[in-house]
Amino acid sequence: MAPATAAPRAPAKENGKAEATIEPVLVVSGLRAYFQTSSFGVEREVRAVDDISFHVGANEIYGLAGESSSGKTTLIKTVAGAIRPPLRVLSGSVVFDFRGRRVSVYDSDPQVMDEIRWKHLSYIMQGSMNVLNPVRRVRHSFVDFAFRHIGRKMPEFMDIVRTHLQRLHLTPAVLDAYPHQLSGGMRQRVTIALATVCRPEFIIADEPTTALDVIVQNGVLAMLRDVQREIRSSIIFVTHDMAVHANLCDRLGIMYAGRLVEEGRTADVFKAPKHPYTAHLIASLPRIGYVAARKGLEGTPPNLADPPSGCRFHPRCPLAADICRRQAPPMTWSSPGHRVACFAAATGSAQ
Amino acid sequence: MTPPLLEVREVVKAYSMGSVLSRHRIRAVEGVSFTMKAERPEIFTIIGESGSGKTTLARMILNTVSPTAGTIRFRGTDLSKIWRGRDRLAFMRGVQPIFQNPFDAFNPLKQIDRYLFTTARRMAGLRTVKEIEDRADQALKKVGLSLVEIRGRFPHELSGGQLQRIAIARALISTPALIVADEPVSMIDASLRMSIVNLLRNLRDEMGVSIIYITHDLATAYYISDRIIIMRKGRVVEGGDARAVLDNPQHPYSIQLKQAVLSPDAAGSGGALLSAGLVESQAELGELT
Amino acid sequence: MSRVLRDLFRYNREFAIGIVLLAFVLLISAASFVSPYPPNDSFVVPPDLPPSWPYILGTTSRGQDVFWLLTFAIRNTLLFGFTVALLSRILSLVIGLVAGYAGGLVDRVLMSINDTFIVIPLFPILVLFYFVMRDRMSWALLALAMSCLGWAYDARLIRSVAMSLRTREFTETSIFSGMSMRQILVEEHLPYVLPIVFSTTMNNINWSIGLEVTLSVLGFTDINTPTIGVLIYWANQHTALVAGVWWWILFPVMLVIITFVGLFLLAVSMNEYIDPRSRLSRVGG
Ligand SMILES: Nc1ncnc2c1ncn2[C@@H]1O[C@H](COP(=O)(O)OP(=O)(O)OP(=O)(O)O)[C@@H](O)[C@H]1O
Ligand SMILES: Nc1ncnc2c1ncn2[C@@H]1O[C@H](COP(=O)(O)OP(=O)(O)OP(=O)(O)O)[C@@H](O)[C@H]1O
Ligand code: SF4
Ligand SMILES: [Mg+2]
Ligand SMILES: [Mg+2]
Repeated sequence: MAPATAAPRAPAKENGKAEATIEPVLVVSGLRAYFQTSSFGVEREVRAVDDISFHVGANEIYGLAGESSSGKTTLIKTVAGAIRPPLRVLSGSVVFDFRGRRVSVYDSDPQVMDEIRWKHLSYIMQGSMNVLNPVRRVRHSFVDFAFRHIGRKMPEFMDIVRTHLQRLHLTPAVLDAYPHQLSGGMRQRVTIALATVCRPEFIIADEPTTALDVIVQNGVLAMLRDVQREIRSSIIFVTHDMAVHANLCDRLGIMYAGRLVEEGRTADVFKAPKHPYTAHLIASLPRIGYVAARKGLEGTPPNLADPPSGCRFHPRCPLAADICRRQAPPMTWSSPGHRVACFAAATGSAQ
Repeated sequence: MTPPLLEVREVVKAYSMGSVLSRHRIRAVEGVSFTMKAERPEIFTIIGESGSGKTTLARMILNTVSPTAGTIRFRGTDLSKIWRGRDRLAFMRGVQPIFQNPFDAFNPLKQIDRYLFTTARRMAGLRTVKEIEDRADQALKKVGLSLVEIRGRFPHELSGGQLQRIAIARALISTPALIVADEPVSMIDASLRMSIVNLLRNLRDEMGVSIIYITHDLATAYYISDRIIIMRKGRVVEGGDARAVLDNPQHPYSIQLKQAVLSPDAAGSGGALLSAGLVESQAELGELT
Repeated sequence: MSRVLRDLFRYNREFAIGIVLLAFVLLISAASFVSPYPPNDSFVVPPDLPPSWPYILGTTSRGQDVFWLLTFAIRNTLLFGFTVALLSRILSLVIGLVAGYAGGLVDRVLMSINDTFIVIPLFPILVLFYFVMRDRMSWALLALAMSCLGWAYDARLIRSVAMSLRTREFTETSIFSGMSMRQILVEEHLPYVLPIVFSTTMNNINWSIGLEVTLSVLGFTDINTPTIGVLIYWANQHTALVAGVWWWILFPVMLVIITFVGLFLLAVSMNEYIDPRSRLSRVGG
């Protein structure tokens, strides 16, 4: 509650984190969001987010990983309230708590949500280098997006923007460029700058650093981390790069086929993965120096319009038993702060 | 003697940027040279700083941007001498691209299968609907998809990974000799990334396709490349056998790049490495420029 | 599409009013097909009668029924506006798309032509055109001349969109799929610029009708084809207002104003609806 937020705390390092879970800023429960399309009379239902519950604490970076098309983007779109048909929320709730101001995304007026989106929430979309207006210079995008929110005079505002760009290893000269005159990585950094220059309390970032070289990427991640620490905000960070998760995130959620299959503190998930999919994901991490032929996951990714029965991982799971084909494994606590949805993990045989 | 597959000699690309009042020139690529032999297909990797001219170089090789200076020859033909439509088609049959951003690789207003069919018709010269669809399906199967899954769907209905695999499938349809892949796996998960990287490797080993692979991922670069160049500010700072370069980089920038690679073993370090890496890199950058 | 129109009609007042006004005007012009008198015959009815049954809008000093004459006039005027809009749209599309796509020299040449057309004064040119053509001046010729003068501004707009489309990766994918330039322009880029074209069409029709009426009233057009402007021209020739034959002037003017307002409202409402960016965000592009 309020006093807890105000209480001074040691700069968030390893130990400062565990208690962050006490005051969730975001609570998602039982969320179900499907793409419902009908073309030429054929109804299709893509179950991209199926019964997902999790929370994100204040001053916490929550990582989200998982197979391509496992529904990560759909999940955070739903969380950010940025859905439009054919994506539909069937059940569940998404509740934010911004310093005592509770907002339920799917029970509030559109106006309230708009205000929240501008004031507290910042969403960096996947492939967002395309959101820049192609016929306007970068400078104008900054003025359009951020000027009102920063509330400073123009020259001062431009100084803030320039300093901010520099933290992202960008020269202020990019302000005078059109988006197509920038490289992919430069555009990506410009969108990150746009999303963070107002220092929002909640940042949702969908693969924001895919087009960056490792040095610049580290700089960008450090900047995100600094902004987060400065105002003790929360971040949901989606990426395929497990090394980024390892270095950035406090907690990690793993998705497979529209479901959250494992969640725990980053170190725990990396050191002792419980779900067979997570175990595979971590075992198959590419490292410099590997030369032997490495295999991707056997089998084909599940079709979310017609997902496998029971545990959705069973067709590809080395530990699949009979029950897995019939019944969906529930999410259970395997140790404090570590949840997993797998029958084998529950009996302790996944390792 | 057969001419080399690709010969890039001293190419330079300068852009002018800025407003009318403060115009300045940017040299995106500054005298890059390399050759790829025709006899032995290889994976040639370009890594480097963001904004160092990798994409610009790729576009010049694809002949969609023309160099300010220098020459590029594909199988002995100077790209700047390709004028006629027929020659251009022949060139494109031999060289196909895969792009950086799968979300932008297909027109958002159009169904995606259309690109596969057009490529099969125009580039592979197929005529009947069945032939065309079979070829598209074959190519999709190579990347772990099938025509049934994507028929009639729009780009926004597919995830980034799916889109990128479709882009690769499309490039394969015309059985090219050279594929220029600009960050083809940057938006795909680690497991699929390996399968696509393995796929690129199979293309080289089994279909004899040479690949120019632009990436920021040193691990996959090490894993599949034969040769590598490292670029910074438009120039090649270091190049040679991929494993030799990555095992033992010589240039300060390359060394730094290798050190900056995040390790998954640091799980739970709370980002200590991030800030440290940054400080160090800034000091080093200052010294280099 | 039909659903979009229905929604627009229901929720957008401007659109609904615009549609009703235009439907009214179209209905009147359609009535010309059942007119009892050919448009160019005079003294078929008693002259100078005020509005009364069966001459509901009165008759002219030349013995024509104002109502039936008006049906022909508005038909020709509308047709003129549509023709000019259509031709100039085609010109601006072709020139804008090609210039934006090709870039370089082609772009520079096309855009310098474009700039010339943007700055030359329209009215004097059209008057000059009339004095050169004189008797050979016809409705179609004027439409052609005005189309040639009315494309420039839009072409510039279309070019800027085409230029940014040119730098998108999907254009490159299309090129490497073996599509021809024509195919890329028509199939890939056209859908992006069509909304712009739609929204400027209404304004262009208004512009051309306005110009045509002005020219006709002053007698700088083919005065034998009845249009709204020509109608007013003849009324002036017979000093209708002085002679108290006010209905000869009032009804044409009213009808043309209704047309203007209808088209204007449509342009406004469609503008906000088919703004290319909001449209794109709806399809998730
Ligand atoms: N507009 C849409 N209509 C129908 N299906 C869709 C739509 N958008 C996404 N999907 C489907 O929903 C599923 C989840 O997609 P999503 O983009 O959330 O995956 P992701 O985990 O973000 O993948 P990636 O890591 O590749 O970006 C996919 O199977 C995708 O094909
Ligand atoms: N059309 C253009 N006009 C002006 N400058 C351009 C243009 N295209 C690229 N540049 C500039 O050229 C430089 C190199 O860009 P390029 O896209 O080749 O980089 P890159 O190495 O591919 O970077 P990234 O890893 O971020 O994709 C950048 O500074 C960019 O701003
Ligand atoms: S529940 Fe069964 S099939 Fe699913 S992951 Fe666990 S062991 Fe494998
Ligand atoms: Mg995604
Ligand atoms: Mg690039």
